[in-house]
Amino acid sequence: MADGPVAELLLRRLEASDGGLDSAELAAELGMEHQAVVGAVKSLQALGEIIEAELRSTKRWELTAEGEEIAREGSHEARVFRSIPPEGLAQSELMRLPSGKVGFSKAMSNKWIRVDKSAADGPRVFQVVDSMEDEVQRRLQLVQGGQAEKLGEKERSELRKRKLLAEVTLKTYWVSKGSAFSTSISKQETELSPEMISSGSWRDRPFKPYNFLAHGVLPDSGHLHPLLKVRSQFRQIFLEMGFTEMPTDNFIESSFWNFDALFQPQQHPARDQHDTFFLRDPAEALQLPMDYVQRVKRTHSQGGYGSQGYKYTWKLDEARKNLLRTHTTSASARALYRLAQKKPFTPVKYFSIDRVFRNETLDATHLAEFHQIEGVVADHGLTLGHLMGVLREFFTKLGITQLRFKPAYNPYTEPSMEVFSYHQGLKKWVEVGNSGVFRPEMLLPMGLPENVSVIAWGLSLERPTMIKYGINNIRDLVGHKVNLQMVYDSPLCRLDAEPRPPPTQKAA
Amino acid sequence: MPTVSVKRDLLFQALGRTYTDEEFDELCFEFGLELDEITSEKEIISKEQGNVKAAGASDVVLYKIDVPANRYDLLCLEGLVRGLQVFKERIKAPVYKRVMPDGKIQKLIITEETAKIRPFAVAAVLRNIKFTKDRYDSFIELQEKLHQNICRKRALVAIGTHDLDTLSGPFTYTAKRPSDIKFKPLNKTKEYTAFELMNIYKTDNHLKHYLHIIENKPLYPVIYDSNGVVLSMPPIINGDHSRITVNTRNIFIECTGTDFTKAKIVLDIIVTMFSEYCENQFTVEAAEVVFPNGKSSTFPELAYRKEMVRADLINKKVGIRETPENLAKLLTRMYLKSEVIGDGNQIEIEIPPTRADIIHACDIVEDAAIAYGYNNIQMTLPKTYTIANQFPLNKLTELLRYDMAAAGFTEVLTFALCSQEDIADKLGLDISATKAVHISNPKTAEFQVARTTLLPGLLKTIAANRKMPLPLKLFEISDIVIKDSNTDVGAKNYRHLCAVYYNKNPGFEIIHGLLDRIMQLLDVPPGEDKGGYVIKASEGPAFFPGRCAEIFARGQSVGKLGVLHPDVITKFELTMPCSSLEINIGPFL
Repeated sequence: MADGPVAELLLRRLEASDGGLDSAELAAELGMEHQAVVGAVKSLQALGEIIEAELRSTKRWELTAEGEEIAREGSHEARVFRSIPPEGLAQSELMRLPSGKVGFSKAMSNKWIRVDKSAADGPRVFQVVDSMEDEVQRRLQLVQGGQAEKLGEKERSELRKRKLLAEVTLKTYWVSKGSAFSTSISKQETELSPEMISSGSWRDRPFKPYNFLAHGVLPDSGHLHPLLKVRSQFRQIFLEMGFTEMPTDNFIESSFWNFDALFQPQQHPARDQHDTFFLRDPAEALQLPMDYVQRVKRTHSQGGYGSQGYKYTWKLDEARKNLLRTHTTSASARALYRLAQKKPFTPVKYFSIDRVFRNETLDATHLAEFHQIEGVVADHGLTLGHLMGVLREFFTKLGITQLRFKPAYNPYTEPSMEVFSYHQGLKKWVEVGNSGVFRPEMLLPMGLPENVSVIAWGLSLERPTMIKYGINNIRDLVGHKVNLQMVYDSPLCRLDAEPRPPPTQKAA
Repeated sequence: MPTVSVKRDLLFQALGRTYTDEEFDELCFEFGLELDEITSEKEIISKEQGNVKAAGASDVVLYKIDVPANRYDLLCLEGLVRGLQVFKERIKAPVYKRVMPDGKIQKLIITEETAKIRPFAVAAVLRNIKFTKDRYDSFIELQEKLHQNICRKRALVAIGTHDLDTLSGPFTYTAKRPSDIKFKPLNKTKEYTAFELMNIYKTDNHLKHYLHIIENKPLYPVIYDSNGVVLSMPPIINGDHSRITVNTRNIFIECTGTDFTKAKIVLDIIVTMFSEYCENQFTVEAAEVVFPNGKSSTFPELAYRKEMVRADLINKKVGIRETPENLAKLLTRMYLKSEVIGDGNQIEIEIPPTRADIIHACDIVEDAAIAYGYNNIQMTLPKTYTIANQFPLNKLTELLRYDMAAAGFTEVLTFALCSQEDIADKLGLDISATKAVHISNPKTAEFQVARTTLLPGLLKTIAANRKMPLPLKLFEISDIVIKDSNTDVGAKNYRHLCAVYYNKNPGFEIIHGLLDRIMQLLDVPPGEDKGGYVIKASEGPAFFPGRCAEIFARGQSVGKLGVLHPDVITKFELTMPCSSLEINIGPFL
């Protein structure tokens, strides 16, 4: 027999009862604390269907401590009355009695006593009546006997005002037999133990049910950063498409590779101090491939390779200026230049994902550094149709299927096209990338054959990640101020899976 | 990308039809424009300054249209309408003509003093023009757009337009000492010297941005007429005397600058756009510019150039199969009058003076593709067969990242740029000892240098996450930059792995254990022989004395590990002990 004698008593009484019993009544019958009975009810409930218990709350009048004292000893005024001998009592003496002050004024207003102020040694108190009825005591004794209903509303409230009576809410259980009712219950095991397995005792033991609504205990683990999880997925996509990764491990670049090699003129706004981080130390590139530099210079200042050029004075000093690369296209230019030096030409597919730097105004979606994703294909006879075909495959792998293309302008691609996709959430077309065919003025000075076209596209890593993880401020994703809890809690990156519906926006 | 703001109703009136917003948006998209915003003056003011200020403003609907940065011919209503009407084949592209005046040609004489400050100038005359309020506003607005874009905020080119009837040529473009130039500028009631003006304009929200162009030069550029009236002091301000109004009939336009090609383009754009309102539509009166060497030329150039492109080249580059005749038609719709000539496969294309952006056949190919419709092009996959390779350093990085997380460490991503303090003072180092690259134009201290170690980023991450339960175990694998005169640019990236353990106890044994695990993953055995690894007692200002070791692997030093110095912990606003490990993973490739 388990769960204590109270539970056992409760079950016996329940078996004998007609339909059920009340926990408070049982406690009164057994002469024990109600709380002990409630404990037994709860422990029996946890065992399954042995009993059924319905919580009931009832209101009841109870005496306060003072009220109990009065029920026992009489009201203060009665006590004052009784303490006065026939020869009377000095008022000062009476006031020193425990019930003196309260009792005196009540007894006075009841006209049970009188004060003789003309007495020789100060005011003296005398009984007026021979006997009296202690109504307060009688009423309290009624409540004590469970007969509070015999009192009128007015009488109860008067006693309550005197703080002799209080209304309390009592929570009790109405207990009835459960579907698996039995008076003989045994304690349930909480967990399976090696001993139970070896002895086989588990076969005969009942087990305490689990609460499947409770949370599990999370494993101790390390976590990968969400942005870099997305980076891994983009690398994977490029590799699946047969693209080779370009080296991009040079944050510092010369203006030559970052701009001039891309046929971006030296007065271009991107080359402004406002947009680009230039270096104080080392301020200038030490070496440039001078043969190639000459061809670039000529193309900018005079034209050539079928181009009019920009017709301005191209300066070597400007090209030597070191900077933090503003795009990974500088690395693509280096890769294409290396490719051009290899004869004969072999077609390539390249990609890179790495950091770039802009000296621009910072806001919720712009930081001074971000990651750029770039894809490049170089082959004979590539067309705009090919570029769109590759983009379609690439974006399909990202789970983006509805694409359209808008004419655009980039300094180093022509034709150029911005890539738009239809955003189901926003119900509009949003730009998802930029693309184009590299200009001959960029490719031919490198030494690439004339009939080789190079198609390319780019996008930022942060934007799709913010959309993917529902992040509105880029600072919540990148940098040292991110909340590590966000890193701990971020799910796997599955780009082609349906995104979680965005949290509902509060009305402004 | 420049944004042009036009009144919708005026635009539709000029286009000869109305569109719904969606239809016009679609037309823009197809043509390579973007209908960025639909608004009104009232809405703009109300957004910027509140409803009260907006009360009296106009609620005429405005379209804000994004124009590609190289299409200067679309920067005003006149150009947009002309471009779209030709595109939709509703009009033929007008032919712009330069004509000689009936009387004497206007002359602009350049003196040699300009050579050192702003050597180039070109000029032209719009004769018998008829403005309305809207046309006049558009004329002023176009100059502003050109100034902001191709003119590079007036540094390369500055435009001055004048009421010719108030002036008398020939004009002289010279340069003088600021104290010797005195005139009444636009919007002022009295004369000032150039010296005084530069001071006054320091507080002018619009003009203060241009002062730096000439501010510290001994001589300022200035243009006079034959009576000594100042036309303008480029690139800052025009004279009040020759200001144009809605009623001006004859306009003298001068463009001065440091880039001759761009000055000529800017002049061409202004006159082609607004000669539409001249009595003889699309004609421009020539002006003669006399150079310091005595030679002279007439402007505007308004040059038409012929290019020859083979039809099959266009088809091949775009990936379509159109007949030469169709391609010529497509190009003509893009304002490039074209016809098939020769063997029937050659297309002759006339590049008008408005299309300075066409500098190569590839620009013509793009226009053919736009007119064909990008979204009508058949998508195909290139047959380019390639085997993919990963960049070895990134491949190793990817593998290590996963196993660092498996070892219970969490990846963080911190900035490559930081303050000098982060990499030097806070780590107890002198900045000169870091061999860091320094940025010359940082807007804030956060961008003074490229990091030379990953540790500060990790410590700053902990500082921002002090409320998280301990221990914190973090790592990052990323690049740092060190000056290196052996590379072409004088600096080199190194791929570092950094990890920190932050708890109530320093946990050196945990960081040490992580090193052992990393070496296990890299298949580097313990011990000094056979390319193994050892750690040897060392010291460093960032570490607690006696709690620092240098890591040697494969015969070279690859990094350090240890318990951080309390000063370092305090300087990064941390309170608990911390141990760290940082290695260069390059040697393990």
